[in-house]
Amino acid sequence: MDVQSKYSARTLILEIVVILLGLVFLIPFYFLIINSVKTFGDILSNSASWPQQFVWSNYVEAWKAIDFPSAFKNSLIVTVVSDLLLVLISSMAAYQMVRHPSRFNRILYFVFVAAMVIPFQSIMLPLMEMASTYRLNNSMIGLIISYLGFGAPLSIFLFHGFVKNVPLEIEQAARVDGSNRYGVFFRIVCPLMMPMFVTVIILNTLWIWNDYLLPSLMLSSPELRTIPIATYSFFGQYTKQWDMALPALVLGITPIIIFFLFLQRYIIQGITAGSVKG
Amino acid sequence: MNDTRAAQAARHVTRTSGQRKLSQWIQQLVFVGPATFFFLFIVIVPFFLGVYYSFTDWNGISRQINWIGIENYTHILTKDPDFRNAFWFTVRFTIVGIIVTNLLGFVLAYLLTKPLRTRNILRTVFFMPNMIGGLLLGFIWQFIFIRGFSAVGEATGWSLFNLPWLGDRATSFWGIVIVFVWQTAGYLMVIYISALNNIPKDVLESAEIDGASRWQVIRNIILPLIMPAVTICLFLAISWAFKMFDLNLALTGGGPFKATESVALDIYNEAFTNNRLGLGTAKAVIFFVIVAIITSIQVRATKSREVEM
Repeated sequence: MDVQSKYSARTLILEIVVILLGLVFLIPFYFLIINSVKTFGDILSNSASWPQQFVWSNYVEAWKAIDFPSAFKNSLIVTVVSDLLLVLISSMAAYQMVRHPSRFNRILYFVFVAAMVIPFQSIMLPLMEMASTYRLNNSMIGLIISYLGFGAPLSIFLFHGFVKNVPLEIEQAARVDGSNRYGVFFRIVCPLMMPMFVTVIILNTLWIWNDYLLPSLMLSSPELRTIPIATYSFFGQYTKQWDMALPALVLGITPIIIFFLFLQRYIIQGITAGSVKG
Repeated sequence: MNDTRAAQAARHVTRTSGQRKLSQWIQQLVFVGPATFFFLFIVIVPFFLGVYYSFTDWNGISRQINWIGIENYTHILTKDPDFRNAFWFTVRFTIVGIIVTNLLGFVLAYLLTKPLRTRNILRTVFFMPNMIGGLLLGFIWQFIFIRGFSAVGEATGWSLFNLPWLGDRATSFWGIVIVFVWQTAGYLMVIYISALNNIPKDVLESAEIDGASRWQVIRNIILPLIMPAVTICLFLAISWAFKMFDLNLALTGGGPFKATESVALDIYNEAFTNNRLGLGTAKAVIFFVIVAIITSIQVRATKSREVEM
């Protein structure tokens, strides 16, 4: 959208201003990281300065205290399994609803879309009651099932918009060549939907990986804790013990930051596609 | 090849309509069944159960649940200062939050569509906070406000940084706004950038030739052309701000003295601290109604824009 493409003095000043603003945005990360390797006294006496000595053992203790390997594993299992099942069931449902727009399917789609309005707070109390009745509380399976139900509307909405633009001729050709309906979906339609798979997986990953409230209500055993739950309960025990808390926070944000830096292009694309349609 | 195809077609025709119906039913069940089942079980049933519970004295412990009519609702609307406070806090926070984050998001997008050498890395920097969940962000910023700000205050002598940021009514409100903006501006920036990139270059060039000032170009050309993105960003931000929970819980816990308690946090406390689940579900129903109203306005606004384009 830029008109002058020459790099003028004006642009240079602009560039410096934006870089300074970027540094302001990064300051919290600076404080977080340098203080995570200080002694407690060092944190209190000079929070802004470079560490007098690097106390890497903070990380060892935080790692053990929040049981990082277990929390990381739990977060990973919940996110990956929910993601994969969500794209599977939502893409299938959306495909069927687009290709067979019966009265029932049109009403069903309307209900899915309308339910996107429902905030989590409006279902959480009865949901917890039902989860304990059906023994789904305090289990990974119960948590994953909850994500499938609560995540289905947005995912179906996104797939629905996408399938509508997949040309029917390709499928018809495949049908004539003898593929059955299931073959057509998995062998012909799925590969075409790849970009939307990526978008939906990214949007759901950011939501599920960072979600605190649902797992905190669902899971009570310490060995099932995800990263946000482990961090929260750790903070309850070590309030204001910054030499323990800060390395735990650094550990907590590292996986998602790495995920972002590696998949940045897809994440930005996914967010643009998801928000324009959402 | 042609033979087999003809044979298949023949078989297709001779298949009875009953068989075809059955296979269509199975297909419907296989494709739509799983998503519908989980959705009904996790969203629809609890939602209506919640509406029912909102008319009862359910406390989560006793098996006896009594129907008490609209008593919960009258209590919330007439005798519940906590809910009223939470509601006004949420409204004020939403209004201030969405204005500031949209302004910053747009300005960043505007600057980062200029031919800056560092613009790709800067886009990454501004977007990165959005990757971190509200809970961890809240804890990180708790440290920044308590230790980081005072360190900056000592170094610079600026009294702004020496305020008790999370310990005071007014400053804790702005504290949450700061963190909210830091977290969300980059996301809106991404949407604004994609809208700005879609503006045809010749429109801007001819405006410049005609001698329009920078501000005139923004106001009279860029803003009208990116209106759909503005609508999207406004309502995304409303939805985040109005439903805020994690950030609130981790940063201030609603304090000091419930001064920064959002509606979502109030519902949570009513249910899990006071054990008044019937009252909590009634608040959740009210919360739902407000969110539904905002969203339907949003859908209407977006739709009417689409017609215009």
